[in-house]
Amino acid sequence: MITIKNLHASIGDKEILRGINLEVKAGEVHAIMGPNGSGKSTLSSVLAGREDYDVTEGEVTFNGKNLLDLPAEDRAREGLFLAFQYPVEIPGVSNINFLRTALNEIRAYHGQEEMPAKDFLALVKEKSKLVELDSKLASRSVNEGFSGGEKKRNEIFQMAMLNPKLAILDETDSGLDIDALRIVATGVNKLKSKDNATIVITHYQRLLDYIVPDFVHILYKGRIVKSGGKELALEMEAKGYDEIKAQFDSLES
Amino acid sequence: MVVDNKSAVTQTLLDQLQIKSSKVAFMPDAEIISAIRYLEDKGIPNNKHEDYKYCNIEAVLRKEFKSVEQAFNELTNADIAPLKIDEAINLVVVNGVYSEELSEKMIVKGLTVNSLNELSSSEKVLLCSQAKSDTDALIALNTAFTGNGLFLQVDKNNIIPMPLHVIYVNSGNANIVTNTRSFINIQANAEVTLIESFYNIGSAKVFSNFVSEKFVGENAKLTCHTFQNEGALSYSVNTNQVRINKYSNYTNNTFTLSGELVRNNHNVVLADSNCEAHLNGLFISNGTQSVDNHTLIDHQMPHCESNELYKGIAKDKSVGTFNGKIFVRKDAQKTNAYQSSKNILMSDDATINTKPQLEIYADDVKCSHGTSTGKIDTEALFYLKARGIGEESARKLLLQAFAQELIDKIETPSLQERVLHLFEKAL
Repeated sequence: MITIKNLHASIGDKEILRGINLEVKAGEVHAIMGPNGSGKSTLSSVLAGREDYDVTEGEVTFNGKNLLDLPAEDRAREGLFLAFQYPVEIPGVSNINFLRTALNEIRAYHGQEEMPAKDFLALVKEKSKLVELDSKLASRSVNEGFSGGEKKRNEIFQMAMLNPKLAILDETDSGLDIDALRIVATGVNKLKSKDNATIVITHYQRLLDYIVPDFVHILYKGRIVKSGGKELALEMEAKGYDEIKAQFDSLES
Repeated sequence: MVVDNKSAVTQTLLDQLQIKSSKVAFMPDAEIISAIRYLEDKGIPNNKHEDYKYCNIEAVLRKEFKSVEQAFNELTNADIAPLKIDEAINLVVVNGVYSEELSEKMIVKGLTVNSLNELSSSEKVLLCSQAKSDTDALIALNTAFTGNGLFLQVDKNNIIPMPLHVIYVNSGNANIVTNTRSFINIQANAEVTLIESFYNIGSAKVFSNFVSEKFVGENAKLTCHTFQNEGALSYSVNTNQVRINKYSNYTNNTFTLSGELVRNNHNVVLADSNCEAHLNGLFISNGTQSVDNHTLIDHQMPHCESNELYKGIAKDKSVGTFNGKIFVRKDAQKTNAYQSSKNILMSDDATINTKPQLEIYADDVKCSHGTSTGKIDTEALFYLKARGIGEESARKLLLQAFAQELIDKIETPSLQERVLHLFEKAL
């Protein structure tokens, strides 16, 4: 699905990713955990194609294509989806119009015809149920005036609509109460299949009670310093990041 | 005799217009004489004039209209047909002269449409009372050389069931200067929607100097849409002098979609209590275009409300200007006056000038103004792209969203379509 090799990225003079290696296969769920400032959000931004970062070294292959060569929109069209940590409010653009445009541009990229309006609306109805999103929100401006929980549910709703191959959930749990968390996680789990994959980026273990990962990676200072199974997340929750920090800080010095 | 350059430009223009214009019957001699005196004294404004700082009319005349040929084209129904609006009664003014022949004839109760020369002495009373020559050189120029323009009246207690569409069209085959005039009188308890469209369909450069006096009577409602699509050969100044009365409601939505230079002076006097004025505008400019909206809202009496929302998108090397003046006079207690100007710069070479000016002499009022100018929201752009929407569509989606609240104010579907189509084309 996606292979990341020795990925280095910086913003300005500051190197944030310092050699990430990761392979995610179809059907897998990977969790990336780590303390604040370890580079978690940078990794998701670089993969999604945010232009603020310079990739200085390394390569990323996504379904056989060189991901880093593609503009953000083509990455999405190839099946990469980033659920934003802070979904953007776009006054004046309705959720429906936004999604129809997105869906049809993705279809056009793959040489498919536009989806008929009737089918599109049926799809909206079906997928909004998945995350218990009020159908009224669909006709409102994108994220405008949405609560924190509604914004995150809207991200998963979009993911359901666009049916990506690889979804990266960037701190999707942040700012969610337990009910919203459960709704979001249930939505993600329902979308899981043997053909797609998920990378869950989170600070806390909590979300991983609901979205159970196959692999857990600990990111620290721009590198994956430890990988393991789902029990690694529980270990981190119990012990905190201090032990890992100390271990790698001493290695560096 | 030594004349400075400023008066030389004005004098050259006056000389040429005096030879090539014919006098109209409706304009009193005294008005014409004082208009010419004012022009000779003050000259056509250049950028040293505070109100024309970003709109150097004198330079336009000096560079583009050294010779004024007044080589007007005759127009036919076939020329006008594509400019019409299906849902409306279409009235036509060609090169400043009302054309009965090209206008649609329809008998509507309470509606009078005529040329200004046909004004009766009682109808004439208000003429030139709002557009005063000694306040602005362009009003003076129009007064001195006005064509036989349009008179439109809705008698009291009449609601006109369909929109009226006035097509102001200029057309020439060598440099022309037009001084188009209209006089709109909406009497007490009357109601109408008025669409004013501006076109240049000739092959020549046009300096179009438009003046409209509009009166809105007690408890009357006038909703105007101004549609400006005059093209690259057009340089225009459009002055609306509006006076509204007790309990009345005046709205104007101005859409500027093309025109090398477009200057809009929109001056509204709220002359009695409990009336409201709403001025809105949307422009999109490209190339070396300049679009300059000047508004003046004069609150003279208590319990009135005014709202202004102007939005602009400036591309390439174009310049957009908004200057909004609000007077709240000492008797105008309990005034609510709001003003907002929002702009998007699409290139590093584009310029936006905005200047709110509030002068408040009453103490119990609510007034606010806000202005913002920035580039397109890059966060929103990335969000759209991250969902598979291409750069160009994403930009268009955001700019349409920016403009939508103004385009939504048009209640005539085919006008809304026309504006939307041209707006999208200009993006």
